[in-house]
Amino acid sequence: MAVESDVMEAAGPYDRARALSAFKLGDVTFYWITRACAISVLLILGGIILSLIVGAWPAIREYGAAFLWTQRWAPSADPPVLGALGPVYGTLVTSFIAMMIAIPVGLGIAVFLTEICPLWLRRPIGLAVELLAGIPSIIYGMWGFFVLGPFLANTFQPFMISVFDGVPVLGTIFAGPPSYLSLFNASLILAIMVLPFITAISVDVFKTVPPVLKEAAYGVGCTTWEVVRNVVIPYTRVGVIGGIMLALGRALGETMAVTFIIGNSFKIQSSIFAPGTTISAAIASEFAESDGLHQSGLILLGLLLFVLTFFVLAAARLMLMRLEKKAGN
Amino acid sequence: MNFLRTIVAAGMVAASTSAFAADITGAGATFPFPLYSKWADAYKKETGNGLNYQSIGSGAGIKQIQAKTVTFGASDMPLKPEQLEKDGMIQWPQAMGALVPVVNLDGIKPGELVFSGELLGDIYLGKIKKWDDPAIAKLNPKVKLPSDAITVVRRSDGSGTTFIWTDYLSKTNAEWKTKAGAGTAVEWPTGVGAKGNEGVAGNVSQTKNSIGYVEYAYAKQNKLTYGAVINKAGKTVQPTIQAFQAAAANADWVGAKNYFVILTDQPGDASWPITGATFILMHKAATDKAASQEAIKFFKWAFEKGDKMAEELDYIPMPESVVKQIEKTWSAEIKS
Repeated sequence: MAVESDVMEAAGPYDRARALSAFKLGDVTFYWITRACAISVLLILGGIILSLIVGAWPAIREYGAAFLWTQRWAPSADPPVLGALGPVYGTLVTSFIAMMIAIPVGLGIAVFLTEICPLWLRRPIGLAVELLAGIPSIIYGMWGFFVLGPFLANTFQPFMISVFDGVPVLGTIFAGPPSYLSLFNASLILAIMVLPFITAISVDVFKTVPPVLKEAAYGVGCTTWEVVRNVVIPYTRVGVIGGIMLALGRALGETMAVTFIIGNSFKIQSSIFAPGTTISAAIASEFAESDGLHQSGLILLGLLLFVLTFFVLAAARLMLMRLEKKAGN
Repeated sequence: MNFLRTIVAAGMVAASTSAFAADITGAGATFPFPLYSKWADAYKKETGNGLNYQSIGSGAGIKQIQAKTVTFGASDMPLKPEQLEKDGMIQWPQAMGALVPVVNLDGIKPGELVFSGELLGDIYLGKIKKWDDPAIAKLNPKVKLPSDAITVVRRSDGSGTTFIWTDYLSKTNAEWKTKAGAGTAVEWPTGVGAKGNEGVAGNVSQTKNSIGYVEYAYAKQNKLTYGAVINKAGKTVQPTIQAFQAAAANADWVGAKNYFVILTDQPGDASWPITGATFILMHKAATDKAASQEAIKFFKWAFEKGDKMAEELDYIPMPESVVKQIEKTWSAEIKS
């Protein structure tokens, strides 16, 4: 006993100092490692932007700002005449339609899963949603090309065309002829593809609502709809919008599936049943066989998508901040 | 310890054998990919030497061989002689293929519908919008044509196939030449774009009243209704191996510098006009001479023993006379 305490006494202060300095070293190392990780994101992002700008430079010099509002895309002309309006239009329209479909459906699934669904059904539906996220995009593309496209062209499109025939505005948006490959078909595929992002994240954030809040609302006689509308959604607004943003980012940049089913036409047509193209589909289609100014133009399209996504996400953040302010948080 | 030694020794043996039998690497055109991989497989069985071909597209293949990252490049579009001189490369045609116009029309049998280059150009320009247009009826007096709108289908991805098609349209339709021109990706006046030959074939077979263009093999495999075409000599020809080979035989390979021949719209009564060759590009003085020699051996073997395999896949072997000329080029130009 005596010997042991002697040893401890002798070792005590020395070990304490050593242990403390070891902790400190560990802490500093940890601090710098995490910091390096965080900074590396900025470096990688900067590197991507820089290489895009360098690659796009010949096209920027040749076409200037007119690239943004020129529609003609003639890579085989001498010199090539390139304008981004067609793909930019297609990107925005397909993403918009996709989100219009995916947001209500995705939120609907999430509400059902967390609030209404009987326990035994929860797992199968949840699993199905997760599986939807795991399907490679080329599979969506092939399915869209062989199954969904023909189905829409033979049933849904003729129906919509006949319903809105002669109606101003809507008549030109839903104009024929029906097509297997179209902006609308691509939007629908996109909607299915982004659905799991919205649903999975919404389910996770809906679960964070403290039960006591919901119970209190039910206690004063609220219906399920009122609880969802006035308690769950306001409480989880930031998380839900985060999920939607993630989905929108995916929709803006999705390439393979869209390339298969959009019809790849650079002409802007008023009908959403007409073929169109998106920025990423245009790049994926033409990059391998391009060179010179044509390739530079495609890289400029890539830069444009980068900027476009940035602005859309920034606008969403801004909107979110406004909402927060209004809610008084 | 012994165990470790065995592993190291085994590794060294493996490394030395693989260094001995250098795998040839190539990259480029997607169009000949099935053929090159079939050849490579048979060649490996026979000689033990492998070939790794990446079908990344003609343009990318040219870039890879220029950067010397591969032993050979492959392109469906021949490089201009001046460009070859500049890069210190040679090129030769390794095999040929043909395109056929395909349609999806009720009651029309394969080979029944007759097109001319000018007519196809007008359809692809969007000038002829319906199947019963007088211009189509004039060439097909006996065929009952529907009064439906034509759905034009074309490739969406840049491709050598599109180059051959648009080059043919440019040679036969003046308006096409000025409006769209020839290239791997062009400014399409009309139509929907589908990805790859299989995309166009699939889209045409699903869409009533559509027209498209695919490589002969795809038309055959998908049982699509192909059309006959009027050639430069004014004769109506059906797409057959004989007609494709006639186009190659009638082309001026001897007079052309560096085999710079685009096979579309060749003279000759029997020539199929929408034919194209696929080219191999190599450096005269390669950095890796051993691999370069191996590649030449492979292509020589392919010329000698690969014809049957090519025909099985609906490619057209190069005529004997052209092969002889190419072998002369090899011995004269490739430095070992």
